[in-house]
Amino acid sequence: MNVSETALLLARWQFAFTVSFHIMFPAISIGLASFLAVLEGLWLKTGKVVYKELFFFWSKIFAVGFAMGVVSGVVMSYEFGTNWAGFSAFAGSVTGPLLAFEVMTAFFLEAGFLGIMLFGWTRVGPKAHFFATLMVATGTLISTFWILSSNSWMQTPQGYEVLDGRIVPVDWLKIVFNPSFPYRLVHMALAAFIVAAMLVGACAAWHLLRGRRDAGIRKSFSMALWMILVVVPIQIAAGDAHGLNTREHQPAKIAAIEGLWETERGGTSLNLIGWPDMENETTHFAVKVPHLGSLILTHSWDGEIQGLKSFPREDRPNSTIVFWSFRIMVGMGLLMLLLALLGLLLRRNARLYEARWFQRFALLMGPSGLIALLAGWITTEAGRQPWVVYGVMRTRDAVSPSVTVDQVGTSLMIFIMVYFLVFGTGIYYMLKLMAKGPDLPRDQAEGSSSGDTGLGRDRFDHRPLSRPTDPIDE
Amino acid sequence: MHIDLPMIWAAIIGFGVFLYVMLDGFDLGIGLIFPFFDREGEREVMLNTVAPVWDGNETWMVLGGACLYAVFPVAYAVLLPATYLPIIAMVCGLIFRGVAFEIRAKARRTQHLWDLAFIAGSGVATFAQGVILGSLLQGIDVRDGKFVGGPFDWFSPFNLFTGIGLLLTYATLGCGWLLMKTEGELQRRMAVLMRPLTLCLAAAVGIVSIWTLLGQPGVADRWLTMPNLLFFLPVPVLVLACVIGILTSVRRGADRAPFLLTLAIVFLGYSGLLISIFPNIIPPSLTIWEASAPRSSQVFTLVGAAIVIPIILVYTSLAYWVFRGKVRPGDEGYH
Repeated sequence: MNVSETALLLARWQFAFTVSFHIMFPAISIGLASFLAVLEGLWLKTGKVVYKELFFFWSKIFAVGFAMGVVSGVVMSYEFGTNWAGFSAFAGSVTGPLLAFEVMTAFFLEAGFLGIMLFGWTRVGPKAHFFATLMVATGTLISTFWILSSNSWMQTPQGYEVLDGRIVPVDWLKIVFNPSFPYRLVHMALAAFIVAAMLVGACAAWHLLRGRRDAGIRKSFSMALWMILVVVPIQIAAGDAHGLNTREHQPAKIAAIEGLWETERGGTSLNLIGWPDMENETTHFAVKVPHLGSLILTHSWDGEIQGLKSFPREDRPNSTIVFWSFRIMVGMGLLMLLLALLGLLLRRNARLYEARWFQRFALLMGPSGLIALLAGWITTEAGRQPWVVYGVMRTRDAVSPSVTVDQVGTSLMIFIMVYFLVFGTGIYYMLKLMAKGPDLPRDQAEGSSSGDTGLGRDRFDHRPLSRPTDPIDE
Repeated sequence: MHIDLPMIWAAIIGFGVFLYVMLDGFDLGIGLIFPFFDREGEREVMLNTVAPVWDGNETWMVLGGACLYAVFPVAYAVLLPATYLPIIAMVCGLIFRGVAFEIRAKARRTQHLWDLAFIAGSGVATFAQGVILGSLLQGIDVRDGKFVGGPFDWFSPFNLFTGIGLLLTYATLGCGWLLMKTEGELQRRMAVLMRPLTLCLAAAVGIVSIWTLLGQPGVADRWLTMPNLLFFLPVPVLVLACVIGILTSVRRGADRAPFLLTLAIVFLGYSGLLISIFPNIIPPSLTIWEASAPRSSQVFTLVGAAIVIPIILVYTSLAYWVFRGKVRPGDEGYH
C-alpha cells in the first residue's frame, strides 16, 4: 500500500468517524424539535401543566444535543475542503449550492429562533414563543430536505454534464429531485422521529421502573408508544419502496446487501444470514429461503436480481459490511414493531404502566433508533462504494491531491480524542438529565427524596430551565 | 446585459464573513477575557449576554464556508488544504467552546473544567482564524487551480502574529460588548480592561499593516502610489480616530460608543484587507473569476441568497431586539 492509498484510507476513516458521530445529534434534534412543538401546541390548546413540564424537561436535553449537532456539523463542512478537495473542485458546483441553501434556509432559522425558544419565556408571549418553537422544528426538517437532496444526488446523479473535468449543473430541478431523493428523505425523516420516540419511551420506562407514576411520565410513555406504533409500520413500507428504487438505480448495492453472487433464473432466494467473502466470491454459511429475494425486491415470485459477479471486481461494494449493516437495521426495525404491538396489547388490558418486563424491554430499546439509523447509513454509503458520485467519480479520485498521511493521521487522532472527550461527556450529561427526569408535580414532590424540586415554587414561574441548584454532575 | 456574478458573490461572501467576524468576534472575545473575571456570578452574566445568540453568530461562518464551496469551489479546494492544521485546530476549538456553553450552566462540580474548555476553545479557535487570515494575506502557492505548497506553509512569523492580532481584536470586541450589556462593578472592571486592550489592538493593526507593506511589494504598490494613496489614506487616519474615540468614551463612562467604535476599527481593518487582495480571492494570483463555479451554480445559489439573506437579517435583528438591554446577575429565563 503506497502513501497516497494510506492517506485515502485514513481520510475515509476520518469521514466515517466524524459523520457517524455527527448524524446522531441532528437525528435526535429533528425528532425532539417536532416532539417539543407538539408538546407546546398541546399545552396551548389544553392548558394542562403536564405538557408544559414535559416541554421544559425535553428542551434541556434538546439544547445539549442541538449544540453538539452544530459544532460537529461545522467539522463536516470543512472536511470537504481539507481531505476531499478533489471532490470539492469536481462536484462542489452541485453539492455546494445545496449546502448553501441548507445553511440559508435551515441553519439560520434554527439558530435565530432557538434563543427565543430556550430563553425567551419572559420576553415574548406564549403565541410568539410557540411560533419560535415551530420555526426551530421547521428548520430541522428543511435542513433534512437539503442535505438528503445532496446525498441522494451523489447516489443517483442527474441533471448535469461534465465539462473540462468538472461537473456543470444543467437542470436544478432534476438535481434536487433526483430519483432516490424522495425515498431517502422520507426514510430519514421517519428515522429521526423514531430515534426521538425510542429515547422518550426509554426515559419514561426508566422512571416507571423506578416507581414514578406521575402524569408526566405516563403521558410521555404513552405518547412515545403511540408514535412508534404509527411510524414504524410506515417506515417499513418506506424502506421497502426505497429498496425497489435502489434495485433500479444501484443494482450492485442490492447484490452486496443480499450477498448474492450469481444472477439466479426463475426466482431469487434470500440469504437470511451468511458471511459474504469478497475474495472468493461466495457467501459462506448461507441460510437461504427460496423465492423470498424476488418477493421482497421485485414484489414478484420469480423477479430477477443481478448478482455481484455481473459487475467488474473494481466496481463492487464490500458485501461483508453492507450485508450485516442492513440486517442490523432491519432487525432493529422488527424489534421496534414488536415493542409497539406489545404496547398496544398491554394498553388494551390497561397494564401498560405496570408490566415491568415490558418497561425493561422499552428501556433496552432506547438506543435502537440510533443503532438502526447508523446501520442504515453505513449500508447506503458503503453500498455506494467504490464511487463517491455514483458512476461518475471514484472515491480514490476525490481525496485532496496535496494531503499527506501525517495530516490525515494526526487530525484523525485529534478528532477521536476530542470527540470521545467532548461528545462523550455531552452524551453522559444528556443521559444524566434523562435519568433525573421531569420535575415532580408539586403535590407529589412533598416528602419525596428528590430534594429541591420546586417546593413553594409557582408552577407558572419564570425560571423554567435548569437552575444553578440543579447540577447534572453530582 | 452581462452581470458580473463573481463580483456580486465576492461582495456577498465578504459581507457574510464580516458579519461573522463582528458577531462571533464578541462571542469568542468573551471567552478570551474570561480568565480576568471569576468573582461570584460574573461569568454567568457574561455568558448570559450571548447565550441566546451565539449559535446564530457562528452560523455566519458556516454560511461563508458553504458559499465559498458553492460559488468559488476552486478557492475552497485551495485554501482548506493549504491551512489544513489551523482549520482542524479551529473546529476543535469551536467544539469545546460550543459544548462548554451548554454544559457549563448545568454543571457544578466540573464547572471549572468547562470554564477552561470555554477559554481554551475560544483562544485556539481565534488564534487559528488569525493564522488562516495571515496565510491568505501572505499568499498561497497555486498551480492549475490546485494547492502545491507544503503542509506547514502557514507556519510563519507573520501568520503567528496575525493570530495574536486577531486574539486582541476579538478580546476588545468582547470587552466592548460587555461594557454595553452589563452594569455596576462588572461594567467598571470592563472599562479598566478596555483601555490596554484598545492600545494593544491599535499597535497590532499598525504592525500588521507595516509588515504587509514591507513584505509584499504588490500590496505596497497598490497603497503607496498616487492617486490611490489619497483615496486610501482615510483608512489609517480613521483607525487612529476610532482608537482615540474609544479611549475618551471609556473615560466618560459611555455604554455603547466603545463597542461601536471597535466595530468601526474591525470594519476598517477588514476593508484594508480587501483593498490589499482584490480582485484575487487567493493571493497572489487566483482571481475571483478564475475560482468561480459554473454560472448555473452561481445563479441558482444567488436566487436563494437574494430572497433568504434579507429575511435572515430581519429575524436575526428581531432576536437581538428580544434580548436587548442590560443583563443582570440572577436574571431570570437564562440557563
